[in-house]
Amino acid sequence: MDPVLYNKIVSIGIYGSAIGLILIGLYAVLVKKHLTKIVIGLSIIDSGIHLLFIAVGFIKGGTAPIFSPKGIELVNQGTAMVDPVPQALVLTAIVIGFGVTAVALSLVIRLYRHQHTAKIDHIKSLKW
Amino acid sequence: MKKAIVILLLAVVGWVLVDTFFQVNFGESRLGELEQQKTVGAFYLNNTVEKLTVANVVTAIVVNYRGFDTLGEVTVLFLAAAGLGSILYRRKEEGEHDVMVLNNSSQLLQTGARLIFPAILVLGVYVFIHGHLTPGGGFQGGAIIATGFLLMFMAYKDYHVSHNVLTWVESLAGVLFVTVGIWGLISGGSFLENVLGTGVLNDLVSGGVVPIIYIAVGFKVAAELTGVLETLLNFKTKK
Amino acid sequence: MVFNAIFLSLLAIILIAAAIYAVVQKDLLYAVIATGVISLVLSIYFFIMQAPDVALTEAAIGIALTTIIFVITIRNTSRREDEIPVTKEPDRGDKN
Repeated sequence: MDPVLYNKIVSIGIYGSAIGLILIGLYAVLVKKHLTKIVIGLSIIDSGIHLLFIAVGFIKGGTAPIFSPKGIELVNQGTAMVDPVPQALVLTAIVIGFGVTAVALSLVIRLYRHQHTAKIDHIKSLKW
Repeated sequence: MKKAIVILLLAVVGWVLVDTFFQVNFGESRLGELEQQKTVGAFYLNNTVEKLTVANVVTAIVVNYRGFDTLGEVTVLFLAAAGLGSILYRRKEEGEHDVMVLNNSSQLLQTGARLIFPAILVLGVYVFIHGHLTPGGGFQGGAIIATGFLLMFMAYKDYHVSHNVLTWVESLAGVLFVTVGIWGLISGGSFLENVLGTGVLNDLVSGGVVPIIYIAVGFKVAAELTGVLETLLNFKTKK
Repeated sequence: MVFNAIFLSLLAIILIAAAIYAVVQKDLLYAVIATGVISLVLSIYFFIMQAPDVALTEAAIGIALTTIIFVITIRNTSRREDEIPVTKEPDRGDKN
């Protein structure tokens, strides 16, 4: 297959799906009325951003940035190593995204206990 | 009307993202020549083996070069667990007691959970001890151990982990992290400086303080996530 | 080469389909499982793009732990999105 066409298909596939995830998550946060669905939308936005970061750091024909015995052999043969900085940033971001989701869901549970509903249209009283 | 505004906003955000990211060619190397070290990634790739003797470059970045950010991340996880515990606090009323699930599960799940649980614990401990040699590290190992505890919570009705043990493990691991950092400050000159001798590459005992910090982070994350799951699963029923 | 292109395109289609299903579906338990499928495909992508640490973290945290905390939330709130809320006076001055 033509390498330029292959590169174009793969880049549209990965960048397109990452940007698609961000847009679909943003739609869920803006339009939906049930609080759990809004938190699902937040989690989907997080996933899209992480994919976008790792896609930017990829080098064609590269290998993982680990200097194991096999890795040293590959580097001596001339294979490049993939950029390690975005991977370290995304590692932290995944854990913090989970923490934010957990606190948001605990707020949803607490709100449901008081108001007996989780739809934001029906929560009318300003003071619990 | 509201849907039209939302679609317009999504189109604008989508256009900005597409326009920015499709100019970045996929798979093109932006690191430059590794010897010239013009970018941060090239500097880390060049100097990890010589100065630090750590095989996994991502571990070296997370623990050593950007170790202060990892301290911040551990703090954020701690705040999330504490916040969760305080938001969902509910005083026990008369005649209620704590259960996690209402019935014991089927025999298949009970036997399987009891057999697999030690293997999951050993896998988690393996992943965070070898964090500087193979892919893995403290956060991954801690999450694996928390999943093992979740399996036991789902299978048995009366399985409880003592709250005191979790609190002590988490606090001691956090204190160990900061102590290693302050030790680096006293004897090395900067916070989290590598002060132990570095060994041979690809040995288990190598890399200075990097394995010690990741073991502390592994224990802390495992205890924290288990505490979060136990708080969320507690379900007070009237007898 | 052709096989690689087909495989990566298939993964991208599954990703977008699972995301649309998670947002559109009214039964929240199915939406949460679709979020787990998104994390799974993302973990495969991270492995293909030579990032094994990130793939391990996403697999351990995204698939197991995020799904279980969503399921616990669904247990304590409502199961369907189009629930009819019970019209009741919101509790004020509760014992909490």
